[in-house]
Amino acid sequence: MRENIHRFFRAARGAGVHVSPAESIDAMRAVAEVGVSDRAILRDTLLLTLAKSQDEKLALGDCFDLFFSQPEPRQQQPEASNDDTPHEAAQSRSSGATSDAGENQPSEGLGPLAQMLLSQDRNAIAAAIASAAGAASLSDIRYSTQRGIFSSRILDAMGLQRLRDDLDDLTATNPALAERLRATLDGLREAVRDTVAQGLALYAREEAENLRNEILRNAPLARIERRQVAEMRALIRQIARRLRERYSKPRKRQRRGHLDVRRTLRRNAAWGGVPFLTAWKRKHRDRPKIVALCDVSGSVAQVSDFFLLLIHSLHEVVGDVRSFAFSSHLIEVSDILESKSPEEAMAEIMSKVGFGSSDYGSSLVDFEKEWMSTLTPQTTVIVLGDARSNNLDPRADILRRISERSKRLVWLNPEGRLAWGFGDSEMPRYATFCSLVRQCATAQQLERAVSDIVATYQ
Amino acid sequence: MAEQKASTAIEAVESGLAAQGYIASRQIATAVYLSQQIEKPILVEGPAGVGKTELAKAVAAWRGKKMIRLQCYEGLDEAKALYEWKYAKQLLYTQILKDKLGEVLGGAQTLHAALEQLHDFGDVFFSKEFVEPRPLLQALEHPGGCVLLIDEIDKSDAEFESLLLEILSDFQVTIPELGTVFAITPPTVILTSNSERDLGDALKRRCLHLHIGFPEQRLEERIVESRVPGITQTLRRQMVGFIHEIRSLDLKKLPSVSETIDWARVLVLLEASELDTEIVQDTLNVLLKYEADIEAAQPQITTFIAKAARSNVFG
Repeated sequence: MRENIHRFFRAARGAGVHVSPAESIDAMRAVAEVGVSDRAILRDTLLLTLAKSQDEKLALGDCFDLFFSQPEPRQQQPEASNDDTPHEAAQSRSSGATSDAGENQPSEGLGPLAQMLLSQDRNAIAAAIASAAGAASLSDIRYSTQRGIFSSRILDAMGLQRLRDDLDDLTATNPALAERLRATLDGLREAVRDTVAQGLALYAREEAENLRNEILRNAPLARIERRQVAEMRALIRQIARRLRERYSKPRKRQRRGHLDVRRTLRRNAAWGGVPFLTAWKRKHRDRPKIVALCDVSGSVAQVSDFFLLLIHSLHEVVGDVRSFAFSSHLIEVSDILESKSPEEAMAEIMSKVGFGSSDYGSSLVDFEKEWMSTLTPQTTVIVLGDARSNNLDPRADILRRISERSKRLVWLNPEGRLAWGFGDSEMPRYATFCSLVRQCATAQQLERAVSDIVATYQ
Repeated sequence: MAEQKASTAIEAVESGLAAQGYIASRQIATAVYLSQQIEKPILVEGPAGVGKTELAKAVAAWRGKKMIRLQCYEGLDEAKALYEWKYAKQLLYTQILKDKLGEVLGGAQTLHAALEQLHDFGDVFFSKEFVEPRPLLQALEHPGGCVLLIDEIDKSDAEFESLLLEILSDFQVTIPELGTVFAITPPTVILTSNSERDLGDALKRRCLHLHIGFPEQRLEERIVESRVPGITQTLRRQMVGFIHEIRSLDLKKLPSVSETIDWARVLVLLEASELDTEIVQDTLNVLLKYEADIEAAQPQITTFIAKAARSNVFG
C-alpha cells in the first residue's frame, strides 16, 4: 500500500497539486495514523494534508477518485461472474468444459498467462495488470503518443510471448480452446489499454498542460480559434498573476543618486567647508500611469482584447490605467472594463466602436480634443494597432505632441516587421515619434512588452 | 487494528463535538483527530459565519482545556502577540534597588571592576519575571496544554506569518535574552482565515488545510436542531430548504450558518409555524445584510418557498 500511496503522490503532482517531500512525509504519517481500509477517511486525510486551497482540493479529489477506480478487465464470456472461485477449481472447471466440447487437451502445458486468462479469474488478472504496469513504470508516461509503447510493454511484462507460443501450439492441437484464448486475449488487450489511458490521465496531465500552454504562448493571438479563446484568457490571467507577483512589491533598491554638492557644502559650513557629512540626491520614482489606445478593428481586435484584459488585471502594480478603444473614432473604455466581465465588456466595446474601418487620423484627433490634458510627464502611452489607416491622413503630428507630453510612447504592432510600411501601413511615419516600437503578436511577446513597460517604473 | 481504532476515534470526535453543540461533518472530525495525532495545526478556511471560530471553542470545551485566543489585525506585531518586556517594572526596580546597587558597587576599586560586577546584575533585569507573556507565549507555557485560536490570520501582515512559523512547526519560541521556550504540552492550534489574501506557502505547508463551506441540507438541519431546540421539524426543513435556494442566487454576501441560526431564533420568537411569503419578507433582513441583496431576493421569495415545500415532500 505504501507503494500505492507514493504513486498517488506522483499522480497528485500530475494533477497540478504541489506535493513537496515534507508534505508527503506528513501525509504518510497521517495515513499511517488512520489506516487505509476506510476509503472515505483516507480521502479526507489526503485532502487535508496535501491540498492547500479549495481549487487544489477539487483537483485532488478528482485525482483520488480516478486513481482508486481500477478499470475492470472486460471478459467476453458471461460465466466470469463467479470470480471468487479459487484458481485451481476454476482451471479444472474450464478444462472440464473443454473436455465436454470434444477433444480432451489438458491445459497443463500452457503458460501462466494463458492459464489465468482461461480460468477467468478477474481479480488475478487485474492484479497481474497492476503489477505489470508497475514493472513497465507506467507512472513515467508523459505524452499521449506513448500509449502504444506502454501497452506493449505491459503485455510483454505479463508474458505475451509465451501466450503467443501457446496459441500457436493450441491452434494445431485444440482449435476450440485456441479460439477461446484468442477472445480472452482481446479482452485483456482492451483492459491494458484502459489501464494505460487511466495512467495517462493521472500522470501526464501536468506535462500535457505545459506543452499546450507552451504552444498557446507562441500562437499568434489574432488567429487563434474560438475554442482556444477561453484557454488563452486563462493563460493571460496567469501572466497577469506572474507580473503582479514580480512587480507589486517594490524591490528595495538603492535610491541614492549623485552627490548633492550644494547641500553638502552648506551642511559642512561649520567645518570651513571640509565635507565631513555628505548629502546625496535621491532618485525619484514615479507611480505607474498608463494610457492605452487600442485599435479594435478587424484582425487587431483579438489582440487588443487580450491586451486590455492583461493591463486591467494589474491593479496592484499599475493603479492608474485609462484605456481607449478606436476604429473610426475613439472612446474611453476604462469604466466598461472595470465594471463588467471580460466577455461582456468586450462585446459592449465592439458594439460601440468595433467593426469600422480604422481611421488613425480622426481617432488621434478625438484623443487630442478630449484627453490630451490627462497626459503628464509620468504617463506611458501605449498604442496597440497595425497602423493601417486605409490611406487616410495619419496625423502623425498629433502623435508627436503626445510623445512630447508623455514619459514614453510605446507602439505595439501585431504585424511582423516585414509588413511595416507596405500597403497602407503608416508604421514608419509613426515610428519616428515613438520611444519604442515592438512586435506583439503572441502571448509571450505581450508579456514581455507589458513587463518592460512596468519595469521602467521600478 | 489501527484502522478500526481510527474510524471509531473519529466518530468519538464527532460525538464529543456534538455534545458541545457543534455538529461536525466527517471531514472536520477527521481533521481534529489528525491534528491531535500528528501534532499539526489546522488551518480553517471558508466564508464568514460557517463556524470556524466555533470549532475552536467546541474543541476546547470538549477536551476541557483553556482556550487562548489571538485576534489578528493589521499591524499586529511581536510585542502584542508573543511577549514584551515590562519596561516600567524594570525601571521601577532599578530605582528601588539604587542604594543596594551602590552598596554592591562600592567595593569595586576601578571602573573596570565595577562594570564586571554590574554585568552580573544585568541579567537580573532581563529574567522571566520581567517578561509579559502575550497569547502565543501563554499558550506554550500553559501547563496541561490548551487550545490556541489564531483568528483571521489573513488580516495580519505577511511578516507576522513568518513569526508564527517557529511556533507552528516546533512549538517553541526564541527570546534572544532568555533563550528558547519550549511548549510543556503542545497546544492544539487552530488558525482561521477568510481568504482575504493568500497565505504564504510556508505557513500552509505546516498546517492541515481544512475548508468549511456551506453545509449540506441534512447537516444544516441538524445544526439548527441542536442550536435552536424550540423549532418544529416542518419549519426547520422549510427554512433550511429556503436558505439553500437563496444561496443559489448571485448575492454580495450569501447567508451562512450563523444567519440560519439567527433566522431560526427569530422565527421561533415570532411563533411562526410555517414559512409564508409575508413572514419571509418581514424577516429577510436577518438573512441578507445588503440592500441590493434583499432587492435581488425579493421577487424570488414565493418560488423559493414553494420549492422548499416541495423538496420537503421527497425529503
